[in-house]
Amino acid sequence: MTMRTLVFAIIAAAIVFPASAQDRPIQLKKAPGVDKVEANCQACHTLAYIPMNSPFLNAAGWDAEVTKMIKAYGAPIDDDDAKAIADYLKKNYGI
Amino acid sequence: MITRRHLLETAGAGAALAMSGLNSSLAKAAGVPLTPGVPDGVASIATMATLPGKKPLIQLADRPPNYEAPLEYLRTPITPNDQFFVRYHLADIPNVDAKTYKITVGGDGANGTAELTLDDLKKLPAVEVVAVNQCSGNRRGLSKPHVAGVEWGYGAMGCARWKGAKLKDVLDKAGLKKEAIEIFFAGADGPSFDKTPDFVKSIPVWKAVDDSTIVAYEMNGQPLPHWNGFPARIVVPGWTGTYWMKHVTAINALTKPLADFWMNPAYRIPVGKFPIRDRFLSQENATTTPITEMVVNSLITSHRDGDKVKVGKVTVSGQAWDGGYGIRSVEVSTDGGKTWTSAKLGDDLGRYAFRPWTFELSAKRGKNTVMVNATNKLGQAQVSELIFNGAGYHNNVMQNIALTAG
Repeated sequence: MTMRTLVFAIIAAAIVFPASAQDRPIQLKKAPGVDKVEANCQACHTLAYIPMNSPFLNAAGWDAEVTKMIKAYGAPIDDDDAKAIADYLKKNYGI
Repeated sequence: MITRRHLLETAGAGAALAMSGLNSSLAKAAGVPLTPGVPDGVASIATMATLPGKKPLIQLADRPPNYEAPLEYLRTPITPNDQFFVRYHLADIPNVDAKTYKITVGGDGANGTAELTLDDLKKLPAVEVVAVNQCSGNRRGLSKPHVAGVEWGYGAMGCARWKGAKLKDVLDKAGLKKEAIEIFFAGADGPSFDKTPDFVKSIPVWKAVDDSTIVAYEMNGQPLPHWNGFPARIVVPGWTGTYWMKHVTAINALTKPLADFWMNPAYRIPVGKFPIRDRFLSQENATTTPITEMVVNSLITSHRDGDKVKVGKVTVSGQAWDGGYGIRSVEVSTDGGKTWTSAKLGDDLGRYAFRPWTFELSAKRGKNTVMVNATNKLGQAQVSELIFNGAGYHNNVMQNIALTAG
């Protein structure tokens, strides 16, 4: 083993990759429903996905996104929360 | 399935330390070099951030990690490992231990089963291929109208020299039945939540047994970076990144088409809209078909739209690539597409690689435009109008940038 590979091996052994890094905080617009968005959406992904996808989705577009998260990705969101989330997204990040 | 709880329990205190370290290493840049045309909201969340082992990349999302390369990182025909983009669908990404790592090979389309360690993989005859790895959604952010998804600019791609075993040789360890039609891949990463479909993919057998399709364990002469699939990933030259399974742990031969969210409805293009030769017929239906080979494309990497230059000779350069037929020519127009001049092509690193090109612009005082169009060896060229599709795939609209000389 050369010095270089030895050093590399030590560094490699020391690095532990995070299973899930703490998210960089994303400040969503303060408005009714934001608590439901924060409580549900970031269970699986950063809240950055919301501002990133704005402002171009219309009401039907945001409804489709919320439905996709529940139906396709299995997000365990009840009907009341789903409606509150969709309403929030349409009003604050829609067109 | 690997759950978050499981990972936290096994990773322990070291992971907690690393987590806080990663968080504090996030470097906010004053100006993030976003591609012009992405949705306005991208600017409010994008930041330059540094993952362990990487140079700063444009962070679009930290969980799951989605980071694209700024234009400057794409100036060389080989993209260095620490500058290579990072893309994950799902957020549970284990730190795979190379010592205990195994790939299982089997499926109902195989004669038997096999297990390969990393050493087993390295004992198979090694092949190298220089190939572009481009996210299917690269340039999604430029779709008009905008479509939902990760709003990538130009940088969800890179080109590397991949070394590994032929997938065909790996499949031979289990033996392919003649009834096999697709080869399935799964990786060690998974969803945060058990009801989310795990990210799995398949490719047709004919593509899997192509000599260029490999199980890669080296990238540019080094072990794969963690964020690009350590210790081994599938490399499907010519095809978009969705099939290049990272941290691959299972390779199964199937006698029936894989029925899964990630094959359908995800990663689909409309039938007949794009000039695609490689079709994935076992997955095709009347209206949609899986995205497969990349369309011919080019990128100006030396300059950005609106850059200031000096009057006189200005070298404009970039990359061109396609689905593996090879680049025949790159042409440049300085009059909005009326007349065209051939750019000089650089080193040919193989038909799946970035093909660098350069063009000497004689910049006049004031505004100069540079428009670029690549043509592949099938005669396919870039388009002047976007071929709109709901997922924002295959955007190969010719760039036309303005350079102001003074």
